[in-house]
Amino acid sequence: MADRVKAAILGSGNIGTDLMVKLLRSKTIELTMVGGIDPQSEGLRRAREAGLKTTVDGIDGLLADPNVGEIVFDATSARTHLLHAPKLEAAGKIAIDLTPAAVGPYVVPAVNMGEQLRAKNVNMVSCGAQATVPIVHAINRVAPVDYAEIVATIASLSAGPGTRQNIDEFTQTTARGLEVVGGAKRGKAIIILNPADPPIMMRDTVYVRAPGMDPELVSRSIYDMVESIQEYVPGYRLRTEPMFDGDKVTVFINVEGAGDYLPAYAGNLDIMTHAAVRVGEEIARGLLGQKTLAESEASSR
Amino acid sequence: MSERRHIRVMDSTLRDGSHAKAHQFTAEHVSRVVEALDAAGVPVIEVSHGDGLGGSSFQYGFSLEPQEKLLEAAQKAITRAKLAVLLIPGIGTAEDLEMAHQYGVSVARICTHVTEADICEQHILMAKKLGMEAIGFLMMSHMVSPEELCEQGRRMESYGADCVYVVDSAGAMTPYDMRSRISALREAIGVDIGVHAHNNLSFSVANSLVAMDEGASCIDGCTCGLGGGAGNTQTEVLVAVLDKLGVDTGIDTFKIMDIGEDIVRPIMDRPQIIDRAGLTLGYAGVYSSFLLHAYRAAEKFDVDVREILLECGRRKTVGGQEDMIIDIAWELNQRKLAGGRSTTTT
Repeated sequence: MADRVKAAILGSGNIGTDLMVKLLRSKTIELTMVGGIDPQSEGLRRAREAGLKTTVDGIDGLLADPNVGEIVFDATSARTHLLHAPKLEAAGKIAIDLTPAAVGPYVVPAVNMGEQLRAKNVNMVSCGAQATVPIVHAINRVAPVDYAEIVATIASLSAGPGTRQNIDEFTQTTARGLEVVGGAKRGKAIIILNPADPPIMMRDTVYVRAPGMDPELVSRSIYDMVESIQEYVPGYRLRTEPMFDGDKVTVFINVEGAGDYLPAYAGNLDIMTHAAVRVGEEIARGLLGQKTLAESEASSR
Repeated sequence: MSERRHIRVMDSTLRDGSHAKAHQFTAEHVSRVVEALDAAGVPVIEVSHGDGLGGSSFQYGFSLEPQEKLLEAAQKAITRAKLAVLLIPGIGTAEDLEMAHQYGVSVARICTHVTEADICEQHILMAKKLGMEAIGFLMMSHMVSPEELCEQGRRMESYGADCVYVVDSAGAMTPYDMRSRISALREAIGVDIGVHAHNNLSFSVANSLVAMDEGASCIDGCTCGLGGGAGNTQTEVLVAVLDKLGVDTGIDTFKIMDIGEDIVRPIMDRPQIIDRAGLTLGYAGVYSSFLLHAYRAAEKFDVDVREILLECGRRKTVGGQEDMIIDIAWELNQRKLAGGRSTTTT
């Protein structure tokens, strides 16, 4: 039996290429191919240099290869993932969607990874969601959250064409993620691009209204959650202690990237790709008949 | 005999002015102001949260009334003027424009930071699809060179914008800065050019005239200057000056003065003056809406409001980054507690 599950990446932009660098290190996933549409793309060049197969025929090129693998990570755009999803399903592939298309259920590794492992298409929501939904969940598990609002601020350089064409989808999908996975009764998401040079590190601000919360319980829950996230996103940090003001708590987060493709300021890419790798490897463990992290966690309680 | 020059004045009392009111306008305020502006001949009246559709939030401040209620009040009060809304992609969405359309909004002012025009393509397309006039706003225009500004203006034009505005969100431009930007943009694009000036360095009217000189045909104003920071170009002053110069705006000079004095001034929470924080916004090149947030953070963390704003300027914060104000104020306070002065070292 194979010791790794084969997988491919669709999309050779910022997110796809950073994902590639991470998956090349994976002990559970064997990356076979990167598919794109632009022959000039830097991402495809890097993939070739890394010894991977590439195609400029996008998903058709990918699916034409019988050994492409069981899992496909889609790092293109919301609009194109909507076209890809039915083709991937027809080909029997497991799709991990890194766009805001959200055809399948949302997955946020620190919160609900165990529940979604049998889905054929899982959605990574957005970079902002990966950074903030866990915090909202951490608060909600000890104090019901009426309203959660997040503000993701990223360096302009780390926002590629996919992000720029999907600004609305980012805010809407992230808001829904705050509700569906975070547990907030109502969610709102804001994204800001800042072109400052040197580029700013990704930051997220989380505002939560949770009437009647116990600040000590909430703080402890947040710190526990931060530790869980740091297991797969080492550069994830709180800027300050959570700030309490009556019904409202404010949390400031910084995400420093690992620097796999873009430099460290692009924490927004990094948290997305780290999370996608986390989910992909967990699915792979399941396929290989290995014990999953979710199972390990359950049995250690 | 030469034809009178015409300038289209757009009034933002009920949008930029919302910043000065901490977004607490009531439907009644909207009715009264819209009715009066319309009767005075103001051709375009903007009504929205200070940060545009969807702006009501912890980050920017919650509106007293839902935006639909204010738009409905405006729609009922308006007879001949066009109703406009502001939209900042990242805060509001193209769907919000669909909602606004139902209230008779026919002008969509779509704003991005001056370097990020490409995030608003879908919004300009939606505005045009809804039959609206689409105006592209390049916020914080002082932060880039005229050449870079032109590149971004060209993009907005290519998406279908009917007009592109140079926006001095921080009130940081001198007339020299405004002249170089408008003249460059006039060479670069074919559509109308507009100017939105703030008064933090007292240049709002002068900057508006310089822009007109260089080819801008649309100028924003707010009655009583009610707006972010030290305030906007004061509509009454602008109209009176243009009138004196023989430029046609379609607005009755005396009527617009009366609106300022009798309707808007009584509902203002504070005088619209250049106080030291407002001046610091222009001095440091910081987004005007930060003013009241900075005052609150300065009080909460016991630091000088100017230090907060200077640091915002050093870090090149852009519009929308109100959360940085709290973060910076906290950091300044931490340094103070650690024994340093409440200044930063960078």
